[in-house]
Amino acid sequence: MTDPILTRRMEEHPSDSHTLARYEATGGYDALRKALREMTPERLVDEVKASNMRGRGGAGFPTGIKWGFLAPSEPRYLVINADESEPGTFKDRQLLERDPHQLIEGIVISAFALGVHTAFIYIRGEYPKPARRVQRALAEAYEAGYLGSDILGSGFDLDVVVHLGGGAYICGEETALLNSLEGRRGEPRLKPPFPAVAGLYAKPTIVNNVESISNVPWITLNGGDAYAAIGPERSAGTRLFSLSGHVRKPGNHEIVMGITWAELIYELGGGIRDGNALKTWIPGGASAPWLVPSEHLETLVTIDDVAHHGSMLGSGAIVVMDETTNVVAAAHSIVKFFAHESCGQCTPCREGTSWLEDVLQRILEGTGLPSDIHLLLDVSDNISPGLTWPPAMTTICPLGPSATAPIVSIMRWFRPEVEAMIGEAVIGETKIGEVARV
Amino acid sequence: MSEAPTTVSITINGVVHEVEAGQRLITAAEKVGEIIPRFCHHDKLEPVGKCRMCLVEVEGPRGKALMASCTLPVSDGMVVDTQSAVVTKAQEGVLEFLLINHPLDCPICDKGGECPLQDQTMRWGPGESRFIEDKRTFVKPIHVSEVVLLDRERCVLCDRCVRVADDIAGDPLLVFQDRGNGVQIQTFPGEPFSSYFSGNTVQLCPVGALTSVDYRFKARPWDLEHTPSVSLVDTVHSTVDVHTSRGRVIRVYGAENDELNEGWLSDKDRFTFSAIHSSRRVTVPMVGEEGEFVETGWGDALDSVASRLGAFLPAEVGIIGGANNTNEEAYALSKFARTVIGTPHVDAQLGDGLDPHFAAAVTPRAMVSDLDRASTILLWGPDIKETHPVLYLRVRKAVRNGASLVVASPAGTGLDGIATHVVRYRAGSGSDTLRKLVAGDGDLADARAALDAGPVVGLVGRSSLAEDPRLAEAVAAFARTLPDARLLTLLRRGNVYGALDMGLSPTLLPGRVSTEDRVSVAAIEDVWGPLPGDTGRSTMEMFAAVLEEEIKAIILVGADPVSDCPDPDLAERALQQAEFVVAVDAFVTHSSQHADVLLPGAVWGEVDGTVTNLEGRVQRVRPAIHPVGQARPLNAILDDLSYRLGVELGAAKPEDISSEIASVAPAYLGVTFDHLTFEGGPDGTLVPIRGGTQPLGFIPVEISVPVVTDRMTLHLAPALYDDGVWNRHAETIASLVRPAAARIHPRDASVLAVKDGSIVLVADRFELPVVIDAAVAVGSVVVPFNHPDTRGIAATPSVAVDAVRSQA
Repeated sequence: MTDPILTRRMEEHPSDSHTLARYEATGGYDALRKALREMTPERLVDEVKASNMRGRGGAGFPTGIKWGFLAPSEPRYLVINADESEPGTFKDRQLLERDPHQLIEGIVISAFALGVHTAFIYIRGEYPKPARRVQRALAEAYEAGYLGSDILGSGFDLDVVVHLGGGAYICGEETALLNSLEGRRGEPRLKPPFPAVAGLYAKPTIVNNVESISNVPWITLNGGDAYAAIGPERSAGTRLFSLSGHVRKPGNHEIVMGITWAELIYELGGGIRDGNALKTWIPGGASAPWLVPSEHLETLVTIDDVAHHGSMLGSGAIVVMDETTNVVAAAHSIVKFFAHESCGQCTPCREGTSWLEDVLQRILEGTGLPSDIHLLLDVSDNISPGLTWPPAMTTICPLGPSATAPIVSIMRWFRPEVEAMIGEAVIGETKIGEVARV
Repeated sequence: MSEAPTTVSITINGVVHEVEAGQRLITAAEKVGEIIPRFCHHDKLEPVGKCRMCLVEVEGPRGKALMASCTLPVSDGMVVDTQSAVVTKAQEGVLEFLLINHPLDCPICDKGGECPLQDQTMRWGPGESRFIEDKRTFVKPIHVSEVVLLDRERCVLCDRCVRVADDIAGDPLLVFQDRGNGVQIQTFPGEPFSSYFSGNTVQLCPVGALTSVDYRFKARPWDLEHTPSVSLVDTVHSTVDVHTSRGRVIRVYGAENDELNEGWLSDKDRFTFSAIHSSRRVTVPMVGEEGEFVETGWGDALDSVASRLGAFLPAEVGIIGGANNTNEEAYALSKFARTVIGTPHVDAQLGDGLDPHFAAAVTPRAMVSDLDRASTILLWGPDIKETHPVLYLRVRKAVRNGASLVVASPAGTGLDGIATHVVRYRAGSGSDTLRKLVAGDGDLADARAALDAGPVVGLVGRSSLAEDPRLAEAVAAFARTLPDARLLTLLRRGNVYGALDMGLSPTLLPGRVSTEDRVSVAAIEDVWGPLPGDTGRSTMEMFAAVLEEEIKAIILVGADPVSDCPDPDLAERALQQAEFVVAVDAFVTHSSQHADVLLPGAVWGEVDGTVTNLEGRVQRVRPAIHPVGQARPLNAILDDLSYRLGVELGAAKPEDISSEIASVAPAYLGVTFDHLTFEGGPDGTLVPIRGGTQPLGFIPVEISVPVVTDRMTLHLAPALYDDGVWNRHAETIASLVRPAAARIHPRDASVLAVKDGSIVLVADRFELPVVIDAAVAVGSVVVPFNHPDTRGIAATPSVAVDAVRSQA
């Protein structure tokens, strides 16, 4: 097993890994010195491209390629997405709280590589302690000359601004985040233009996840090729997974991708609580379609393998459910979350998600109708035509289609349970494929 | 560099079309006959892609994908399917979503019958409803402003109203509040949607969520008759559609005229019509007896007017007004004055305007749409948000599209916020400031430099009634030297440009002919007979002449100089002292109350004819209803009166007058009703047309204007909602008049030792609360013109301002 990249310091020095003193004592800011003194911005971009690192926020888009899209006009901005709001995800919190200087060093190097002189860290409002830690670390970094003007005598200037979100899931979507940062309603923007062309204040902007940027110091010191050599070819590097639910050992685990789900759940997670049987798991946050032991235990934990099975690794949030789980209640909980978090700007998401919630609610309460199976699938289909993966959309952004993932999942894997809850003679002819062409 | 292709080839439902490049797919498809349903999309608004109704399938590298056609620019080779099973299901799905929380109260909804939601549900919607849950409810309706109400249950959150208010009008007062299924349109607490353009949101709302107080529950759309016409509340002449039912005007909608209003209206354009049906309308002829009006018949009234007028020498009669009449009525009045009465004293302006030659024939004259093409706009005149609100929208649009704007005014204007340069000058010292601007002195260097980028459009007028009208000419003389400059003058009253063009001016004859132009005058005399030889007097000169007993009879035509001229006291004394006053008016006003005979004139909405706007564009106004009561069009009144005076005026019918204008008035040669209908097109016709000539071309030249040096100078500012006759009698508008105040600069406030809310005495006569406003020039006081609290204030350049007391 490769040494951890992101969590080594906090594992070895749990009491003070967040301080500048400890960071410097463990090789911190060496990468920045190397970047500023020995490397050109172009070279740094090339190293990140060579690393094959795919964005850790959820979409899995290669970070180096994203950087390549940044339009040349000035000013341009780097925005760190620390709005970690996907249910089940708590990895960025640990990075912010326990190793903020690693992120800051990554920001300075990335900003140097991208020709950025103002960077923002958008932290979700429910993360007061991580925000305080980051703020304190920024103060230390300014004090020590790692931020501000003429950083380490290089002539490079960078300011970093911390902004706390107001408590909306949708602000984790990068364009809604930019709107929020500008003081507007947190609503996703129409794309194109993409942020790399017209982002914050309509200027070229790169939005990257905390974990992605926290890898940049290591890549700078060790080279992109070394990073690319870790793990499977298209899921390079280590990855921080948030494991939660009915496992014996929930928590964050930094691993190299490419192990099986069985290994992840039963070895890393210590197996299922109380000796119960595994029923299903969500492999990548609440938006992801569910996987089941009968089909997927030997599937590999890589971005492409999970995609091949109609789901995604997403933000790395794995939620495990055991045999005692009422899947309708679980789906209802997730759909309710999305209905609550819909920004409301486009019709299918605003009206559809809350309708789905209402129908699931009535099934849970024992007043479901035989027609509800078809209704749930058809309403879902009107939000995400075809109910395919990755989802097609009638909406502006993927939030609405995300709400259909648990419905498709329970209909695909646990339909008899849903029918049993409705109780009466369900219109049994309706299959997902009829409305959804799955 | 190669030119970008102007057309692209796209395939819609298997048919290839060549369409204009740069458009959105939804627009391109509509132009070739493929209607894609929509709610949030509107051609004049930025696309938002929110309603998702316009989804179509577009072929891409990864197969067909659903895309919102309102946000998608057309591109060459694009292949689109608007009718596939996937598209149909998506459209049905979106409509079902829109309907699940919609109240479906169509039978009692104002929009029922003209509702895009109804119509598109019938055409593209699912057959039946599957929603059995409780619908979302809100308290309703809520007043978002004095004139607009919002029903949040009917709202489909299309964002049109928000965009109109924010992007078009510059009043970002409507907002989305809350999120998800709780999203709603709202105003900020304590900040109502007080916009001069609020009615546009009602017209644009694709459902019955926004309603106006004056139309709410009044009619069903299928009972309405539609009459195309033109708004006459200012000189822009927005094109409108007048909706009537059972002989009453019920509603006025903006009509698309890309040369003028582009579908938008000011609330004044939209809501003034209710005065037509005011219970205070004068509907029968009346004679004044001992201070009271007594009803009489038309025959007796006209007999009496004819016999009284016949007793005066021609030059003892003065005729004032006509700026709110049609061109045909104005022509009849001009001809009546000069040939029937034989007087040269005729004036449609009330001492508040400009040199008539300057206004009627400034060269080079701009079109309103020239603003779209201008690099720089110079506005030196009134606050056009107050006086020409739809022109204000056009300037906003130009600035939004990148034009720079230089605004010069003694006080803040509605455009200061988006102006590139604001030139502030003390009222009365404009000529000094102009000289500095011309020279680019000191802090005006940047503004001067901005004016070097052409094409330039200069909007010039009097910033206030207290300002010397010659200043505007001096500004125009400078503006026309700027690169590719064109000019618009900013007179404000209704059809005043048409009235001037018809010769309702002491120095003009019909067709932009100067009374000094012997050749053109002779040509008119060939038709009219000999014209009076004396020099004509302006309105204010006529009033002075009444006091000198040189003029003894006054004919007032829809004019209220006692509330609407620079020297109301003079006007009032003259009307009291005149031996005979006859008024043609729709109301008893501060002026027409002095009439010996008051004749009920037909008004806008009742009359047929043409009108001319500030750029010289002629459009048709049409009768939407019969005149109320016994009211008659001015031309018919004059025709009867002439008959009684033994002269055939030939002014019985507007189309006959129009034909005469088209053959007599040089700038209007050929401009017949038929020309307007069949050749002019829906946007109206700029005169002169081909074959016409304009004998008079006014080239403004440098002119010296004295600087006023008193301690305080007066900026008597016109406001949109003033105490004008029509405003006063239109219920919806009358409620919008804001309290009067004296606005002064903080420095003057400290000199006077007053604070916000203190009472000051202005002009030794008017007690007004102080509003301290840093946007007012030091040394000037801003007072509203034609306001109940400043009735009778004289537009003197300097004014006394004294502290009275401080309010606790």
